[in-house]
Amino acid sequence: MTIDATDRRIIAATQGGLPLVPEPYAQIAEDLGIEEAALCTRLRAMQDRGVIRRIAVAPNHYALGMTANGMSVWDVDDARIAELGAKVGALEYVSHSYERPRALPDWPYNLFAMIHGSSREEVEEKRAQIAALLGDACRGRDILYSTRILKKTGLRLRSKEG
Amino acid sequence: MSLDATDRLILNHLQDGFPIGPSPYLKVAQDLGLSEDELLSRLQQMKEARVITRFGPFFDAEAMGGAFCLCAMAVPDGEFETVLTKVNARPEVAHNYERSHRLNMWFVLATESEHEIEAVAKSLERETGQRVLCFPKLREFFIGFRVAA
Repeated sequence: MTIDATDRRIIAATQGGLPLVPEPYAQIAEDLGIEEAALCTRLRAMQDRGVIRRIAVAPNHYALGMTANGMSVWDVDDARIAELGAKVGALEYVSHSYERPRALPDWPYNLFAMIHGSSREEVEEKRAQIAALLGDACRGRDILYSTRILKKTGLRLRSKEG
Repeated sequence: MSLDATDRLILNHLQDGFPIGPSPYLKVAQDLGLSEDELLSRLQQMKEARVITRFGPFFDAEAMGGAFCLCAMAVPDGEFETVLTKVNARPEVAHNYERSHRLNMWFVLATESEHEIEAVAKSLERETGQRVLCFPKLREFFIGFRVAA
């Protein structure tokens, strides 16, 4: 999956967001000195290749009352993690879900799922639902709540084009 | 700001995607039974009120090049602030959270390449005297997340 210099310029021009004007793509294209149609073709190609996951709104969880979240972790039978991980990832209240390697003996968990809710009770309720979904394929579980944000910087594309 | 039914409709609809092509707001407005002006002004208001964190393309950071890895450390209580200063000083550390577990410091390393991840983790171990556990992503499963507005 490769992106060229023009793709990089498009990413740099849109990672702050789309302009709220009737012709947002025409405006971006003009800033970049390319045709609107060419910009749209490249955006569609990047979306098809997965470079763009989606073009969408990210609502502020807190403003919508989703103030609690917990990193739930699970020790799932390796033979069933692909199937069960997909089911967990499809849940509406799970934002990020990954298979990661265990680090035995410190860390027996291989499935991570970030659960969001309006309260810690709701997060725990949803965690119980995931436990039920995993059933006897799950041999252990835990949940880690964040107690402090220690550092937060956006993952921004470094400008490589020269 | 307090959200009305139309704001919620817009938020729910635009979490699913946005068209690429001429007059995309007009298309969305028509789908929702709104005028283009009303859609744009409501989006503007929600952005200003920070109900919308971001509106636009979401990029797969790895697809753009670069490597990422979730890492964790079990930092003894008395050393937490000292270790934190050393960890946060590294520009490769993107996010860092304190969490309720024996492994109490969780951060993401972002570097240009895979082998740099290992090098940074090793150098953090030398600097802090604490083990750095690396949890690279093997597979990703998220697809369904929506915040019901």
